[in-house]
Amino acid sequence: MKVIVPVKRVVDYNVKVRVKADQSGMDLANVKMSMNPFDEIAVEEAVHLKEKGVVTEVIAVSCGVTQCQETLRTAMAIGADHAILVETTEELQPLAVAKLLKALMDKEQPGLVILGKQAIDDDCNQTGQMLAALADLPQGTFASKVEVVDGKVKVTREVDGGLETLSLTLPAIVTTDLRLNEPRYVTLPNIMKAKKKTLDIVKPEDLGVDVSPRLKTLKVSEPPKRGAGIKVADVAALVDKLKNEAKVI
Amino acid sequence: MTALVIAEHDNASLKGATLNTVAAAAQCGGDVHVLIAGHNAGPAAAAAAQIAGVAKVIHADAEYLAHGLAENMAAQVLAIASNYSHILFPATASGKNIAPRVAAQLDVGQISDITKVIAADTFERPIYAGNAIATVQSTDATKVITVRTTGFDPAAATGGSAAVETQAAQADSGKSTFLGSEIAKSDRPELTAAKIIVSGGRALGSAEKFNEVMTPLADKLGAALGASRAAVDAGYAPNDWQVGQTGKIVAPQLYVACGISGAIQHLAGMKDSKVIVAINKDPEAPIFSVADYGLEADLFTAVPELIKAL
Repeated sequence: MKVIVPVKRVVDYNVKVRVKADQSGMDLANVKMSMNPFDEIAVEEAVHLKEKGVVTEVIAVSCGVTQCQETLRTAMAIGADHAILVETTEELQPLAVAKLLKALMDKEQPGLVILGKQAIDDDCNQTGQMLAALADLPQGTFASKVEVVDGKVKVTREVDGGLETLSLTLPAIVTTDLRLNEPRYVTLPNIMKAKKKTLDIVKPEDLGVDVSPRLKTLKVSEPPKRGAGIKVADVAALVDKLKNEAKVI
Repeated sequence: MTALVIAEHDNASLKGATLNTVAAAAQCGGDVHVLIAGHNAGPAAAAAAQIAGVAKVIHADAEYLAHGLAENMAAQVLAIASNYSHILFPATASGKNIAPRVAAQLDVGQISDITKVIAADTFERPIYAGNAIATVQSTDATKVITVRTTGFDPAAATGGSAAVETQAAQADSGKSTFLGSEIAKSDRPELTAAKIIVSGGRALGSAEKFNEVMTPLADKLGAALGASRAAVDAGYAPNDWQVGQTGKIVAPQLYVACGISGAIQHLAGMKDSKVIVAINKDPEAPIFSVADYGLEADLFTAVPELIKAL
């Protein structure tokens, strides 16, 4: 069984990003970029399934600018066999990405597509579900456990209030939650090996997909700032403030 | 122009998030209809008919709708989608699971986690873990939206008298089956709806200590218990207590953060709380930059003292 793992290049999760002064977007010049943390978990899971013998081939895919190649190299250093970049300088929204991935699925015929549950930049949490809809396949979102047995995939999902388990017919779409696994560190020898793996580049036009955005961003602004707080000396002072000043208890 | 709200319910009763979503739907202009899809969900449909501002309740009942599987729920919504200009889901695990599926099948973009309705096609939503607010305009004919419940005051649960109309259930997709669930039982208020939340972090050190220190404080305040990702990953608290960008988004009257440093990802889940209290022994902890009242102390002595003082 082949697995496709889509990965996104995003601002590193430790970076405190700022809004541009003209409110046109975020200031991303000279900011450290990394693979979206949920996608690392997705790559790890695919590679893990390959090591268990369930999966034969892992293909990493990224959509976006030329620099996404670095993200794909990281995926191959973790263990993906080869990579495809859908190169474009257009702003890609989840529906466009889902359509590009659907076109690649038609070509590659994977048994499973594993995505992260959300990207930490746009915080959308849509692409996996949209891909499942376009491909008319079942979805196992927010997965914290994935087991492939007898042509089906058993997915334990994190839901409000606890966990639930579903059985999906293959092929299927799975999106990863934080607790699915602990992604491995990439080692130097594997980074070197990843440079030799193949990375194909295609254009959205080659796939026959219209990627024009459906949502127009009118402006991006700073969230309202909280007023400066105070430090209290001891518990008694804290209780007094909560009772008499804030009146919340 | 009519808006459809996909209710979240457990068949017997409505979940609170439905009320916030109805409030957001009303702001989009036009009538508000509510879809109850489930199994033996008559009581939930009756409750939806009572919500102030709801013009019609559509009730679809079938055994395979019982657990809200995305494939079947999306088909149920799509069967009536053409009647609506707006389709709104609460931004809960369930709503986030189904909404994008509906949007893609309608070939429209989806707008996640809106916190404000500016116009019928223009909305505000937080991005980058809440570090920026984007104002977005949809160019699509149908707006498929998930609603951040803490962004809208709930609609009144009573005072309405909507007619309940039955919709034929769509066929079972047969692609997914529900095997079981482990839902944590709790007598406490639900985390996302609680007025007071006490939350613990890595500093608690163990599940036993978490329980021993945090539970009495929550009991004393009638509060819900929350946790940081560090505490959840270390096994001190269950997953569904996690507050943050990837966990629950909360906005209680009072949020008490004990032994939580205040990483960006945690702040994304609680910085809209009315009053924030931080108890931490590290004076440099970033949590103090958002706290209204900060107490620099060891939580193992401060929390028991606090319980005594209350």
